[in-house]
Amino acid sequence: MADKKKLSLIAFSGEFDKLTAVFTLATGAAAVGYEVNIFFTFWGLDAIKKKKGRSFVGGNWLTKLFGFMMGGLSATPTSRFNFFGIGPKIFRSLMKKNNVATLEELVDAANALGVNLYACEMAMHVLGLEQKDFIHEVKDTLGVATFLEISEGGRTLFI
Amino acid sequence: MAVHTLDITKEHCPMTFVKTKLKLAQIPEGDVLEVLLTEGEPLNNVPRSATEQGYKVLSIDHVEGNVHKVLIQK
Repeated sequence: MADKKKLSLIAFSGEFDKLTAVFTLATGAAAVGYEVNIFFTFWGLDAIKKKKGRSFVGGNWLTKLFGFMMGGLSATPTSRFNFFGIGPKIFRSLMKKNNVATLEELVDAANALGVNLYACEMAMHVLGLEQKDFIHEVKDTLGVATFLEISEGGRTLFI
Repeated sequence: MAVHTLDITKEHCPMTFVKTKLKLAQIPEGDVLEVLLTEGEPLNNVPRSATEQGYKVLSIDHVEGNVHKVLIQK
């Protein structure tokens, strides 16, 4: 198809609920035939870290500390009702109970559907992260110019 | 030509679409996928998106309650 529909998401937020929105839109769109690109930047990079919990990933002592405080996908807080980290556990159990896909299942589905994952070069530099710190599905490290080129002709959302 | 089945009556958005898409990707060309789904978003959009993606919707039948059966050929 020459004019394939396209959705590009800028995943800036590192919260459980906002990342759930990112991956719900991404998987839903990919499943109905869209080409989907997600550009992870700043806090959003937590979603694609290889280490899902808390670990000292980073270049120097400060970014390593940031890396630990930010954590990976399973350590993401909720933007409201976080209750010192209990919030995400409550939401995960509510989602399971109601047969709604959890964040982890949505990430797996996005990968199975071939959603294109990209990491922001600048934010990685600031946070002392390298592509090897991310899951292997992350296709490339990009800057603004390449993201604009990739998202050209489709819809773009910033979350 | 084999018929494969998929029950998405217990699923919610976006997994209704995701499971249908992944199952359609798995089955061989020419085979038929029988999807059991509920009224509303799944019934309105699963057949539509299958057609849009070049699959052939053979039939849509009411099963019982709010459950419908959609036959999609790859």
